[in-house]
Amino acid sequence: MLVLIGILIIIAGFVLRFNPLLVIMASALATGLAAGLDIAAIIAAFGKAFNDTRYVSIIWIVLPVIGLLEAYGLQQHARTLIGRMKGATLGRLLTGYLLLRQGMAAVGLTSVAGHAQTVRPLVAPMAEAAAEAANPALTDDQREEVKAHAAATDNIGLFFGEDIFLAIGSILLMKGVLEGYGYQIEPLHFSLWAIPTAIAAFLIHGFRLRRLDRRMAAKTEAAA
Amino acid sequence: MITLGFVYVLAGLTFALFAVLGALDRSNPKRFGNAAFWGLLALSMLGGDYLGDFGNGLLVLALVAIAGTGQIGRAPGGDVPADVQATRAAKHGPFLLLVALIIPAAALAGTFLFKWLPGLADPKQATLISLALGVLIALAVGMARLKPPLLLPAQQGRRLLDAVGWAAILPQMLASLGAVFALAGVGEVVGDLIGTAIPQGSLFGAVLAFGLGMALFTMVMGNAFAAFPVMLAAVGMPLLIKQYGGDPAVVAAIGMLAGFCGTLMTPMAANFNLVPAALLELKNPYGVIKAQIGTALPLLAVNIVFIWLFAF
Repeated sequence: MLVLIGILIIIAGFVLRFNPLLVIMASALATGLAAGLDIAAIIAAFGKAFNDTRYVSIIWIVLPVIGLLEAYGLQQHARTLIGRMKGATLGRLLTGYLLLRQGMAAVGLTSVAGHAQTVRPLVAPMAEAAAEAANPALTDDQREEVKAHAAATDNIGLFFGEDIFLAIGSILLMKGVLEGYGYQIEPLHFSLWAIPTAIAAFLIHGFRLRRLDRRMAAKTEAAA
Repeated sequence: MITLGFVYVLAGLTFALFAVLGALDRSNPKRFGNAAFWGLLALSMLGGDYLGDFGNGLLVLALVAIAGTGQIGRAPGGDVPADVQATRAAKHGPFLLLVALIIPAAALAGTFLFKWLPGLADPKQATLISLALGVLIALAVGMARLKPPLLLPAQQGRRLLDAVGWAAILPQMLASLGAVFALAGVGEVVGDLIGTAIPQGSLFGAVLAFGLGMALFTMVMGNAFAAFPVMLAAVGMPLLIKQYGGDPAVVAAIGMLAGFCGTLMTPMAANFNLVPAALLELKNPYGVIKAQIGTALPLLAVNIVFIWLFAF
């Protein structure tokens, strides 16, 4: 039971808005001590895991390219493109991106898009421009909401597309764990059972994007 | 053969350049904190395999000390003026879009190419390696046509990373915390607790406990992968599969997706929820989570009903 202290520290730390890096370190130390490890062993275990998971942080190498393109006006160009497209509403744009992201993830192309690669330079400015086209008096809070929905759409498309792909990590994990209990299951079965949820995710999120679109447009009429 | 080691060297050199440029940026009152932070990250990327486990642990403690004492900050301003960007966009727009698409296109092409032509690159890491190659190609093409000052990409990249700040390593830190949790047996304890809290004799009650447990435990751990073995051992296997005869493929596949609904609602999944908020420079660090809850909750309910309908 004592090892659960780490979970309490994490929750309290996030609620009280301490620096998350400090909270994580405190949680790791408390959990390790509660489990009877000595401090040096905990630090070494954390260090080993940190070194083994460096691939998580290599995405930042795209930033010089994004920085260069943005300095030359990539975000403005993305906005101009949306302005030229007739009928490119916020809802349609993000629903289209959702479908694209789900489809790509379903064939295993998870790292092709993402927050650094596509959302910040392209999808977010396009979404902002589309919302602005419908409502020239867009407030800062509404801009925030539109950008947050661009990022949310990327996550939802990724999560509820990737499990359709046979060789994704989560499917291999499920196969491995069930094998430990003596069940031999082909990856294809897991993939097929991810499809109903993928469809439900598209319908639910697509519906919400339509409502987001209408909410922004409704405020235009109120302002006019 | 190109391996992940190549990508680590590239990332290490990039962070080292950010550290040097950061140290030279007199407009940033916290320039030395930033330089030390990105410098240590460069050391981790370049030499992590030679530092030993304890050495890497000390490196992490130093990173936490720098960030935790507020030594990281960003210089004010430095944006290219909007009218200059607009003029440049009018001139180079379509080309910029093309270069932006090189990175995803290279990731896509490389993933297939390296699988067809084994021996060129480690096939298990094909996408990450292709992504890195795409960055190099995009940078070369962009520099050749736009002819910016040599250090402009690095300076602008550094400014973007300074805007993200310490959150840049949050995902890696949380992954490492997960390893310590595993070592301490946190999962088993949580599993036992949930296992004893389920009402006996109700199939739907057991399905509900499994689905909610997947989502909640994923929210705590920030990762459905960590929650899955625990919840399967506590509820999925003994009750849903063994006692009620549920289809293991359905229980596992849709249970995992119920966990993904939890991922959408937790700051612990930093790379999906907090990092984009920083990257998009949102005022509310929880803005992305807020946007996701309205999809995650109904979808979680749908997943629980799906398990109940399809597994039995």
